Amino acid sequence: MGSNVTEPQMASLPEGLQGLTRDWSSDKQAFHIPWGKAMMWFFLLSDTFIFGCFLTSYMNVRMSTRVPWPNPSEVFALSFGGDPIPLILIALMTFVLITSSGTMALAVNYGYRRDRAKTAALMLITAAFGATFIGMQAFEWTKLIVDEGIRPWGNPMGAPQFGASFFMITGFHGVHVSIGVIYLTVVALKVLKGDYEASGNYEVVEITGLYWHFVDLVWVFIFAFFYLW
Amino acid sequence: MTTEGHQEHPLSVYLWIWGLLFVLSIFSYLVDYVGFEGYLRWSLIIAFMLAKAGLIIAIFMHMIWERLAFICAILGPPLLLSFFIGFMAIEGDTTLMTRLDFFGETDFVAQHYTETVH
Repeated sequence: MGSNVTEPQMASLPEGLQGLTRDWSSDKQAFHIPWGKAMMWFFLLSDTFIFGCFLTSYMNVRMSTRVPWPNPSEVFALSFGGDPIPLILIALMTFVLITSSGTMALAVNYGYRRDRAKTAALMLITAAFGATFIGMQAFEWTKLIVDEGIRPWGNPMGAPQFGASFFMITGFHGVHVSIGVIYLTVVALKVLKGDYEASGNYEVVEITGLYWHFVDLVWVFIFAFFYLW
Repeated sequence: MTTEGHQEHPLSVYLWIWGLLFVLSIFSYLVDYVGFEGYLRWSLIIAFMLAKAGLIIAIFMHMIWERLAFICAILGPPLLLSFFIGFMAIEGDTTLMTRLDFFGETDFVAQHYTETVH
């Protein structure tokens, strides 16, 4: 307990569960932002540590293996009739995700202008780009598993850790995108229905946006460390 | 500049950043496409990555318009990860050396130490 709490004050505080709720809701505010936004940021902070651990363990196994690492530039090349273009699918996925981040930023902006139709439309477009991304990822996974024979425990090209790292990292990111698409759709429909008209508070759009931008942010690191290394 | 927690900024800001992110992504893709190697490749990859991440956090996630107390609370802890990453890099290197030594590939060890850092 802080030294600014006197003995009589301590004595008047309720004990047990009642005390717990009382202490945790004691109106001490450090951050002058809406609580929903702060909580989303704290969640994203914890998620940062999860992805940080994945990428760090990937770095560790890649650095410590004696077996050559499969060349991502070749593994993820795609041919449209002619010569294979290196990393082309991944590049397209990157552009899809950045485009969706842009439409999301615009949605937040229109939310604060209380333009319900535009906000909802932009959020649904964002969700559609997200779904496109997942579709492309499903295609990529299928190609790697079926055509190239890459498994979490081994692959024909080199270090077996390649599959484990790849499926773990991109899989976890893909789950985040999928959840984001659902989250965006739900909030967009609520905006469209006018659920936030009464309060005039469109903070929820910004909070949803934070989550979506984070998904894009994680992809920036995956793109750099997994695909470009 | 803004009322408490209310983040409303001109549309042009977002459009500019959006465009920049596109350009930076094209650049980072070109690093692989052109086939730069070694330190040049790595410094370019990291530079474009940090630029993109910074723009997304600062502008799209509105971090530069938040109060310093909040910025520190959110961006401070992930910075500590860099120590962890550093230690794991050292550990990975040691594991590799131990393995090469065990499998009798020590010629490669000498080569590895003189030619490349990582």
